[in-house]
Amino acid sequence: MYAFKYHKPSSIEDAAKVFSGADDARYLSGGHTLLPSMKLRLAGPSDIVDLSGIAGLKGIKVEADKVTIGAGTRHNDVALSAEVRAAIPALADLAGGIGDFQVRNRGTIGGSIANADPSADYPAAVVGLGATVHTNKRTIAGDDFFTGMFETALEDGEIVTAVSFPRPKRAAYMKFPNPASRYAVVGVMVAETASGMRVAVTGAAASVFRVAEMEQALASNFSPDAIAGVAVPADNLNSDIHAAADYRAHLVGVMAKRAVAKAAG
Amino acid sequence: MPTVSMTVNGRKMSGECEERTLLVSFLRETLGLTGTHVGCDTSQCGACCVHVNGDSVKSCTLLAVQADGAEITTIEGVANGEELHAIQEAFRDNHGLQCGFCTPGMIMSALDLLKHNANPSETEIRHHLEGNLCRCTGYHNIVKSIQAAAVAMGGAS
Ligand SMILES: Cc1cc2nc3c(=O)[nH]c(=O)nc-3n(C[C@H](O)[C@H](O)[C@H](O)COP(=O)(O)OP(=O)(O)OC[C@H]3O[C@@H](n4cnc5c(N)ncnc54)[C@H](O)[C@@H]3O)c2cc1C
Ligand code: FES
Ligand code: FES
Repeated sequence: MYAFKYHKPSSIEDAAKVFSGADDARYLSGGHTLLPSMKLRLAGPSDIVDLSGIAGLKGIKVEADKVTIGAGTRHNDVALSAEVRAAIPALADLAGGIGDFQVRNRGTIGGSIANADPSADYPAAVVGLGATVHTNKRTIAGDDFFTGMFETALEDGEIVTAVSFPRPKRAAYMKFPNPASRYAVVGVMVAETASGMRVAVTGAAASVFRVAEMEQALASNFSPDAIAGVAVPADNLNSDIHAAADYRAHLVGVMAKRAVAKAAG
Repeated sequence: MPTVSMTVNGRKMSGECEERTLLVSFLRETLGLTGTHVGCDTSQCGACCVHVNGDSVKSCTLLAVQADGAEITTIEGVANGEELHAIQEAFRDNHGLQCGFCTPGMIMSALDLLKHNANPSETEIRHHLEGNLCRCTGYHNIVKSIQAAAVAMGGAS
């Protein structure tokens, strides 16, 4: 790991100020993406701005119509929360399937979505549940947040503060995990929400995407059979040592059907 | 260099380290607690598992400065003096280790499982060990050891 300066501000304002005054700063949340890449010298920031000292970034608030999760809330805080499980079981399930127990004891939702790994799980929840991302500057619709591979709508130095998830009528997340890392080879969130049907796919392409044809089919018949005939084209899907694009395209259909079956109960 | 202080296995300890020093290096090299191991550089093997403020974490993926002020338990803090902890006895009785490299991490991880779930099923144990790799045992006797530990610790019947 290259040397850096370490800062631990106690407010969002101070964090943003340290960030903008530094050469090449990075925020640090759970550190479970940033530190491994710094260990491998794939990243070498001049300054690390640790957000974990900012009390307002942590915590879960469950309301009648939505669940709001602070950016610094760990995956296990979400996965093991009885309140989240009661309000949006699909969200607790998704968080509980990230990496392993020790990863879930450190990694946070803010770090996960800011990083926007194409194989990360949370993007499927942000888009699939129609969430809203709150930052220190504005709110961003979940549908507009992920803009490409490791790319988001965040500006340089902008801090994710929380994500609010509207409560769906029913929803489920299913993933085909990479057997070594547990990242999603393909993961699909299916949700019937107040604003309509949503099917969001992570792991398959450069960034999370919705499948309109499945959403339409499910709107008239919420059953696995309704989407059995919908083929997702392999053209723009990822191919790597873990799975070829046509296999990922196939997995989208399988995971979507499993998610519908689970959500339908 | 910053000075980092933490309570390790019930004792207040402090030392100087660089900002980039990992918690595992601080424990092993500065404090001399070499029971915590390093088995990979990709945060996947779990050999470095310790408890920070009661939660099992990978000490290779945490800066020592991030753990400033924390309560840490390492494998050295599990036994009661000369007397092994029930889970250590269970690993010995059930042949839960061969080379022993993964064992400190397995035990620290399993203790966190038993804290949340005193009577885990075999499937739950296997899922919980997702982040702990063993090159020797094939896991079977590790799972048996943890089941035996759950009984010895009074959780399972
Ligand atoms: C072994 C292993 C297995 C894993 N498996 C999975 C998996 O199955 N599924 C999955 O989804 N993920 C997986 N992960 C990734 C894990 O979920 C990470 O914790 C997560 O992606 C990043 O969150 P973090 O809090 O650790 O962020 P950090 O590593 O601290 O930060 C990540 C990036 O986000 C930026 N950032 C952090 N917080 C903010 C904020 N509030 N505002 C703006 N920018 C911010 C940082 O500057 C950095 O660029 C795995 C990781 C490991 C080590
Ligand atoms: S050394 Fe920490 S996970 Fe391998
Ligand atoms: S006993 Fe050798 S690695 Fe597990």
